[in-house]
Amino acid sequence: MSEILSAAVSIGFFGLAFAMVLYLISVGLSVTMGLMGFVNLAHGVFAMFGGYAVTTLMNSYGMPFWASLICAVVIVAMLSVAFERVLYRRLYGGDELDQVLLTIGLVFMSVAVAKYFWGPLAQLFQPPSELRGQVDLGFREFPAYRSFLIICGAVLVTGLWLALDRTRFGAKIRAAVDNLRMAQAVGINTSGLFTVTFALGSGLAALGGGLGAELLPIYPGYATDYLVYFLIVVSVGGLGSIRGPFLAALLLGIADTAFKYLLPEIGSFFIYALTLVLLMWRPRGLIGPS
Amino acid sequence: MTAVAERVVASAAETFARRHRFRWYEALPWLVAVAGYFAFPDYLALGSQILATILFALSVDLVLGYGGIITLGQAAFFGAGAYTAGLLAAHGMGAPVIGLLIAAVAAALVGLISGVVVLRTHGLTQLMMTLMVAVMLHEAANKANTVTGGADGLQGMEVGPVFGLFHFDLYGNTAYFYCLAALFICWFVMRRIVHSPFGRSLTGIRENEARMHAIGSPVFRRRLVAYTISAAMAGVSGALVAQTTQFVATDALGFERSGNVLIMLLLGGIGRLYGAFIGVPLYMIAQDRFAAIDPVYWYFWIGLLLVLMVTFARGGVLGIVDRVGAVLRRRR
Amino acid sequence: MTEAAASAALETRGLCKSFGALAVANSIDFRLARGARHALIGPNGAGKTSFVNLVTGALQPNDGRILLDGADITPLSQAQRVKRGIVRTFQITTLFRGLTVLENVTLAVSERLGSGGDIHRPAGSRRHIIDEAYALLERLGLHDDALRPVKELAYGRQRLVEIAVALGLSPKVLLLDEPAAGVPSSESGTIVDTIERLPTDIALLIIEHDMDLVFRLARWITVLVAGQILVEGAPQAIAADARVRQVYLGERAHA
Ligand SMILES: Nc1ncnc2c1ncn2[C@@H]1O[C@H](COP(=O)(O)OP(=O)(O)O)[C@@H](O)[C@H]1O
Ligand SMILES: [Mg+2]
Repeated sequence: MSEILSAAVSIGFFGLAFAMVLYLISVGLSVTMGLMGFVNLAHGVFAMFGGYAVTTLMNSYGMPFWASLICAVVIVAMLSVAFERVLYRRLYGGDELDQVLLTIGLVFMSVAVAKYFWGPLAQLFQPPSELRGQVDLGFREFPAYRSFLIICGAVLVTGLWLALDRTRFGAKIRAAVDNLRMAQAVGINTSGLFTVTFALGSGLAALGGGLGAELLPIYPGYATDYLVYFLIVVSVGGLGSIRGPFLAALLLGIADTAFKYLLPEIGSFFIYALTLVLLMWRPRGLIGPS
Repeated sequence: MTAVAERVVASAAETFARRHRFRWYEALPWLVAVAGYFAFPDYLALGSQILATILFALSVDLVLGYGGIITLGQAAFFGAGAYTAGLLAAHGMGAPVIGLLIAAVAAALVGLISGVVVLRTHGLTQLMMTLMVAVMLHEAANKANTVTGGADGLQGMEVGPVFGLFHFDLYGNTAYFYCLAALFICWFVMRRIVHSPFGRSLTGIRENEARMHAIGSPVFRRRLVAYTISAAMAGVSGALVAQTTQFVATDALGFERSGNVLIMLLLGGIGRLYGAFIGVPLYMIAQDRFAAIDPVYWYFWIGLLLVLMVTFARGGVLGIVDRVGAVLRRRR
Repeated sequence: MTEAAASAALETRGLCKSFGALAVANSIDFRLARGARHALIGPNGAGKTSFVNLVTGALQPNDGRILLDGADITPLSQAQRVKRGIVRTFQITTLFRGLTVLENVTLAVSERLGSGGDIHRPAGSRRHIIDEAYALLERLGLHDDALRPVKELAYGRQRLVEIAVALGLSPKVLLLDEPAAGVPSSESGTIVDTIERLPTDIALLIIEHDMDLVFRLARWITVLVAGQILVEGAPQAIAADARVRQVYLGERAHA
């Protein structure tokens, strides 16, 4: 009995940590897809470069963990603005196929660029010393870094939701996701809104990539190999939604961990099958835009 | 009927007829294919792969270019066909043409069943579903490695002679003409399909779905039929590759295959029947030349090419030809 | 009661549809008599187009039933409803803009005759389909433009093509969603003439904003406000109705 309980606690714990990373990376994708109707398969690229920035700054330049994270977010967010302005923008409201092909192209390029600069192997990621080892929660010990991921994720998620609900900027985003034309008609500068949202979403992805470098190792195939995960979170969660992807990330994080633990042989297959069933049941995702 | 009406109707009928009448340049791919056989006898293996992949790209053109269904999972059907042919050949049923037909049916079944689910949705959801079907099959093939051999490949395929007469030889002569014949037949069928009322209605659905519903077109059923035919064609393509290389591994079902074929088609031109004939050879010959040197850079250049084409040359090579043609005509 | 029901070409009972909190159809009981010349009016956003979408099957109702000749067609698909004679035009022109006028109509005729899905013969090989489509264009005075792409036509002519495509489907019930919308008044005359000359065995529901046009064409008017039927009656009664005036004057004041 206690063994089962212990396994359940482990699965819940590791699943939750994984879910936080998945959510941080994917939430920006959901909002930008919902807002601009843009099918962006290259979102993982921003997470990957976030991860590379963090590990490089820490390993090669000896920068502290926190500073590296902040730098990574800023660098990637700025880069993403350039991408948005030069490449993405001209395809808004256009053909979905063009968007798919453009972003597949970006993913391919990212694979090559990553391999060129960082080689084919996964980057070493060492959490800062204060986050290594275990923490004792009285009834059990848990890895400190994963505990940190969960807390950090929870704080960020709460902050994000509050910001979206309470701030003027959040209200604008919600209005534009709900009805773009109406938002334009009432004088919201949607073009600027797109850019800022895109930068924010990419910055969050970079943060997720950096924070999650232990769970989703940073290597050249990152943007293709994890793409399915990010897309599952977004499509099952519901485009344009903030809370839907959280639910989906929780489901995916915990289910993935549970399957890896209990049925490693057929785990992924069931995840994909479950996704298909969920999409059949709710083609617009678990929770539509608020 | 008045004379004017007579003339207009005749002219309209003539316009329709012109669309499906054969033109001289439609013979070109076949002439090139035969010439290629004599000119590059050392490259017949690559040639067979190109021919089979053209068929795969044609199958994508039917669903994507004509049906307007964006698919990231066409490899599901390719792989279904490849494994069907492979497993048949590995279990003593090596007659190639029969294997090809059974592979077509098996892939069509996968297309029909997944189509019922996939085609009810739109946009990202649809894209995701096509992807999920392929990754599920990929995963299943990986895990069933006692049957499929997993990533290392299926062992013990023995493909018999075509019609009991033509053995697959070491130089790839038989393989080349076998693939060419299969491609020709499928191309002929597809050409008829896209110029039939069914094909026109597919284009109609792609252009304006609401209008097709409003004129009472059974949109879902039309798409399902197209999806199934396309799956069968992809299955034949997979079976051709499996039989001519005597090898199938799980990469037959991989995402790369679905992605690459989109790129090849874009390169040639989507929705124009001949894009596949241009994009696939261009891509595969370049890949053969350059990718061997460094596969990493290969993907960089392919990615860059894709970005540039989407941004500047949406119609692919055939689109550029059209534009140049239009400029020249205006000059004249 | 049963006799009355039997004489309706189209009927809806308790038809409900909401988008989230917004009810675009709030228990609509509606009857369209055989051979009717019936108008559905109401302010912008009242739910008129949604009503057409519900009746034709483009939208699924949350509740209620739709009857054609007394038979329940609520579960039928759009295509099946078209086969039974429910045909609509669109408020915003919805045609194949790159195809010729004749082709647009030909596609419709060919679907009606059940040969739109033929896979074994070349398109255009059935001359009688083209003949029929052309005859229709002659009837509507569109034959001069038969071989021109729709997008080259003036908007008013495109509205006529919408009607031509609908007629190619041999409708029993024809729902015209603002047939003159977006057309300058100098050109709307042709459209009104065309509608007036439609065969009397077609039950016609015209959704319209332009009151002059409504009073010219309709013999019975239903006023829809916020997804509900406000009032129904003969044109004179509607014109005199205080509530209707208020709705319309109120809207004008806003606009
Ligand atoms: N698919 C939809 N989703 C959400 N709201 C819709 C949809 N279609 C229409 N609406 C809303 O329903 C209301 C009624 O629209 P409509 O039927 O087009 O009105 P009308 O044709 O009378 O002007 C409008 O407020 C419109 O914004
Ligand atoms: Mg309307």
